Amino acid sequence: MAKTVEEKQYLVRFRCDTKSHLEIKDHNVCMTQCPDKDCTIFCPAEVYKWEGDRMFVGYEGCHECGSCRIGCGFDNIKWEYPKGGHGIVFRLA
Amino acid sequence: MPEKFDVIVVGAGPAGTSCAYTCAKNGLKVLLIERGEFPGAKNVMGGILYRKQMEEIIPEFWKEAPLERPVVEQRFWFLDKESMVTTSYKALEWGKEPFNNFTVLRAKFDKWFASKAVEQGAVLINETVVLECIVEDGKVVGVRTDRPDGDVYADVVVLADGVNSLLAKSLGFHKEWKPEEVALTVMEVMKLPKKVINERFNVNDDQGVSVEIFGDSTKGALGTAFLYTNKDSLNIGVGTTLSGMIKKKMKPYELLEYVKEHPMIKPYIDGAETEEYLAHLIPEGGYNSVPKLVGDGVIVTGDAAQLVNAIHREGSNMAMTSGRLAAETIMRAKESEDYSERTLDYYRTAIYDSFIGKDLKKYKDATHVFEENPQYFEQYIPLMNRAMGTFFTVDGTPKREKQSKIIKSFTGKNGRLGVAKDLYRAWRVVK
Repeated sequence: MAKTVEEKQYLVRFRCDTKSHLEIKDHNVCMTQCPDKDCTIFCPAEVYKWEGDRMFVGYEGCHECGSCRIGCGFDNIKWEYPKGGHGIVFRLA
Repeated sequence: MPEKFDVIVVGAGPAGTSCAYTCAKNGLKVLLIERGEFPGAKNVMGGILYRKQMEEIIPEFWKEAPLERPVVEQRFWFLDKESMVTTSYKALEWGKEPFNNFTVLRAKFDKWFASKAVEQGAVLINETVVLECIVEDGKVVGVRTDRPDGDVYADVVVLADGVNSLLAKSLGFHKEWKPEEVALTVMEVMKLPKKVINERFNVNDDQGVSVEIFGDSTKGALGTAFLYTNKDSLNIGVGTTLSGMIKKKMKPYELLEYVKEHPMIKPYIDGAETEEYLAHLIPEGGYNSVPKLVGDGVIVTGDAAQLVNAIHREGSNMAMTSGRLAAETIMRAKESEDYSERTLDYYRTAIYDSFIGKDLKKYKDATHVFEENPQYFEQYIPLMNRAMGTFFTVDGTPKREKQSKIIKSFTGKNGRLGVAKDLYRAWRVVK
């Protein structure tokens, strides 16, 4: 029934680029200024995971929605579109 | 000298393709640039496509387009934990020509629509990101793409690059959207046999149902869930303002699971298999968030221009009309070979004079007021449920006593004045 985010993500087709289109500008900002780390909660693909001292960015599973860029309270995410033809490929809706 | 077009359209969604189609049909040399593998590969919507505005671009498109079902019934559910108050409208007329609206799967529909623009003579290039507009002397003269030697020039560049609207932002037409100006929405397409859908929703093969779900479906946050019938699948999704999602610390996929597991909803999707999971933002800032729409050599359309009526879940139709109006503006400009902001301003006027501007203006304060006053979603929907429950549960209490109990439940916390104020405020923003 695709309950967990992992199960949901498994159903999505991605044509991954080798280079990330998402970049944390300064991991120190996440560490020292952002106790809540909201991006790890609201990102619909669980792209962001806090690893204790830096933010892991699993760009390969990104839906390119833009929420992290807008929702980061510290404007700390550099957000671009993946290279043409790369990234998520929706097959249905 | 690199190739020059009359028009470059960035983004092959409803706005961009409508513009490209109309321009090409009228003999303009059009380049339509899409970043996805194919048009639709990056596009998501709950699934309602409106007949009227599409027909203004391609008459009788329903005879050919890949549509799912014409919607004959619109249901509205106001959910509490284990109950709901519902209302709906069903019309057989909506199931016949010329129809009212349809459910669609965008990856199929957008691909088809773009192919129609190509038939009219538009050049479509997929798998190409526009990195920036090329600006000379304050005038947009083309675009820089991520292809080798990827500069292309045109008299007018139409920005139909969707909700993130990076190009209009980089031109300074708007600032970065605020979390309250966008809704984060996730959905699943769930496979279910046609026959089962027909039985569960009380329709036949050529009839569809849309369900908008308020209240507990977003745990009281400003937003909605939805359930739409395709031919042999269902689209089920939920979204709230990004600010609401952040404030309530909700994980969107967990909220979607909550919706799918809700006892009022679960029976409808029972046995359905998820085929795809999709996330997207919807621009819901409304009238006050609409950016600068035109500049020298450039026009902004569709989601990129925040042209969405969230209250009536209309967006694709506004996108199409904005694309068509952009095309008409460009054709007028071509007559005088003048693509200055002053000439293209015809587009801005046309948008504000159309149903787009009028509807956005009508609801201009709605999102803001509902965001600032969470009681509408958090308190009144549960109260509505309890009121109906109290009134219709036969327990020997005289009806007049029940009535006064219900009234007290509404006025209890805030007093009659508080409720009157809330009612008046809600009425003002939707009147």
